[in-house]
Amino acid sequence: MATLASYPDASGRFGRFGGRYVPETLVRALDELDCQYASALADPEFAVTLSALYRDYVGRPSPLYFAERLTAFCGGAKLFFKREDLNHTGAHKINNSLGQALLTVRMGKRRVIAETGAGQHGVATATACARFGLECVVYMGEEDMRRQRPNVLNMRLLGAQVVPVASGSKTLRDAINEAMRDWMSSVEFSHYCLGSVTGPHPFPRIVRDFQSVIGKETRQQCLELFQRLPDLIVACVGGGSNAAGMFYPFIEDESVKLVGVEAGGRSPRIGDHASTLSFGQPGILHGTYSYVLQDEDGQTADVHSVSAGLDYPGVGPEHSLWKETGRVSYTNVSDRQALDAFQSVARLEGILPALESSHAVSKAMELASQRSAEEIIVVCLSGRGDKDAQEVARILELND
Amino acid sequence: MTRIQELFNELRANGRKAFMPFITAGDPDLAFTQDLLQTLADAGSSLIEVGVPYSDPIADGPVIQASYTRTLQRGTRSADVLQCLGAIAPRLRTPLVLMVSYAIVYRRGLQDFVRQAKQAGVAGLIVPDLPFEEAGALRGECASHGIDWIPLITPTTPRQRTIEIAEVAQGFLYYVSVAGITGERRELPKELVDNLAWLRTQTALPVCVGFGISRPEHVRLLAPVVDGLIVGSAIVRQVATVGEKPRPQVLREIREYVSGLMAAIASAK
Repeated sequence: MATLASYPDASGRFGRFGGRYVPETLVRALDELDCQYASALADPEFAVTLSALYRDYVGRPSPLYFAERLTAFCGGAKLFFKREDLNHTGAHKINNSLGQALLTVRMGKRRVIAETGAGQHGVATATACARFGLECVVYMGEEDMRRQRPNVLNMRLLGAQVVPVASGSKTLRDAINEAMRDWMSSVEFSHYCLGSVTGPHPFPRIVRDFQSVIGKETRQQCLELFQRLPDLIVACVGGGSNAAGMFYPFIEDESVKLVGVEAGGRSPRIGDHASTLSFGQPGILHGTYSYVLQDEDGQTADVHSVSAGLDYPGVGPEHSLWKETGRVSYTNVSDRQALDAFQSVARLEGILPALESSHAVSKAMELASQRSAEEIIVVCLSGRGDKDAQEVARILELND
Repeated sequence: MTRIQELFNELRANGRKAFMPFITAGDPDLAFTQDLLQTLADAGSSLIEVGVPYSDPIADGPVIQASYTRTLQRGTRSADVLQCLGAIAPRLRTPLVLMVSYAIVYRRGLQDFVRQAKQAGVAGLIVPDLPFEEAGALRGECASHGIDWIPLITPTTPRQRTIEIAEVAQGFLYYVSVAGITGERRELPKELVDNLAWLRTQTALPVCVGFGISRPEHVRLLAPVVDGLIVGSAIVRQVATVGEKPRPQVLREIREYVSGLMAAIASAK
C-alpha cells in the first residue's frame, strides 16, 4: 500500500483521482512539462535559485504569528496564523508563480498564460513574469474583475495583459477554459502557469510541491516554538493550493488533525455554494478526475461564494484522495460566517485577511472554542484582504 | 464490418472522398436538429458528426462554444440528444458520429452511455478530451457494442505516438489541422499537406481532416491527400442565424454551402 506522501504515481494518479483528460493537442506539452520538472528537481541549482527568490524576493520564511487577542476572544485552543499574507504580492500564490516562471525559462518559452479568480494568482504571475522578462496574459472572469478591481490594476501596472472572460458564469471556471484555449493555440511558445492544484497531470503535483514551502516552514517553526507539532491545522480550499501546500508536509503525521474549509456560500443548495468535496461527486473537469459540482448530465454546475478565489466547482485530485482516505476532514463555512471572521480578525488582530482565508479563520475560531488552552491550532492565512476591502464594505453597507 | 468501414471502402473503390459536416445537437432546438440532419443527409454528406453540448468545451472556439451554451440554457441534455438521434437515425442512410466530452460519458457510466448511443444509431464515437492512454475502458465498451472509436491526432502529436494511436483507432483517424481550437481559419498551416501525406503512409485507416476548414480552396488543397473533410464552425455559424431568418431559408443556405464544398471535393485531383 502506497503511503499518502508518495502520490502521484507515474501516471499522475492520486489513488483513483487525477490523471489527464485533455485534448490531444496538449499532451506533448504536458509530457514536456513533466520531463522538465523532473530535471529541475534533479538539478540542485534550481532549488538554490528558488530558495534565494523565496528569501530575498518573497520575504520568506513567513512568520508563524500567535493571534493572542483572537485566542482570548474564542476562549480555547491557541490560534496561530501562518502569515502568507505577508508575502510579496500578498498571498501564497507567489510561491507557485515563481517556481513555474523558472520552469518556463528552463523550457525556453517566452510567454506565460494564467487564469485568475480573486486576482492573486494573476498578480503573482504578472509579478514573476516581470521579474523574468516574460510576456504575461491573464484571463479573468468579468464578474471577478468587478469585485477584485484593485488586482486588475496591479496586473496591468506589472505589464500583464488582462483579458476579460464573458462566457458562462464569468468567473474562475470560465477563465480556466479560456486560458486552456489560448494554450491549445500557443503551446509551442507559451507555458500555462496554472494557479492551483487542479488540472491535468503534472500540474497538481507541481503546484503542491511549490506550495509545500508553507507546510515545511510551519513544521519547523512549530518544532522550534513548541518543541512539538500542532494539534490541528486549518486551511481554506477552493482549488486547494494553499491547503495542499500546508497539509502535504504533515500528511504522514497522524497526530496532526487537518481540516479543509470550503465555501458554503448562501446555502447548501446547488448553485448557492462552492463546497465541492462536501456536496459534489467524482467526475471530470478541467483535465482532471476529482470531485466536481455538476448536474446529472455531467454539466458543470454554477457555484457561488462571496470569495472569488473559492468560487470554483472543482477541486484538486489530491484533496479527493485525502477526503476518501479520511486523512483530511473537509467542511464548509458560509459567506456570512466568513465575513464575521474577517471583521473579528480585522478588529482584534489588526489584520485584514483575504475573504478566502477568512473561511479558514472562521472554522478555526469555532474549533478553538471547543478545545483546551494547551492545544495549538495553526490557520493558513493564505492572503491579505486589501483586495476585498471594497467588496466587504459594499456588502456590509459601510459608507465613506 | 462496421457502417463506417463499409462507407470508406465504397468511397475508396469509387475514388471519392468523404464530406462530413459537424452540427451541435439541439441548436437552436432538437426539432431543427432533425431537419438539419435530414437536409445534410439529402445533400449527400458521407457522415455527419453530431456534437453533444457541454458546459466547458476547452477544445472549441467561440462559435461552437456559443452554440453549446445556447442549447444548454434551453435545457438540452445528452439523454435528449440521444433520444432525438434515435428517432431520426433509422431514416438516414448517413452514419452518425457522436462528439462528446468525457465528463458526460463518465457521469452516465461508460457502459450505459455506449449502449444508449448504439441504440440511438450512433456509428462512431469521438471523445476530444480523452487521450488514448486514458481511453482503454471506453474503447473496450465501444468494441463490444460495435461502435467505432475515432481518436484525434494533432500537429503536436509526436510521430511515434501517432502510430500508436493509429493502431487502436477504428473507423477513421481524425487529423486536427491546426494546434488550436475549432473555428474557421483563413489559412491552414503550410506543413499540413506533408503531415497528412505522411500519416497516410503509416495507416490503412481512412484519414479525415478537420478544424479550421471552411472554404472551397481549403477543400481543393486537402482533398487529394485525405479520405475525408470535416467542416464544423462554418455550418454552426449559419445555424446561429435561425431567429433572424426563417428556418427553411437557413436550411436552404446550409444546403447550398455544403453543395459548394462537395463540388470542390469532387473537382479536386
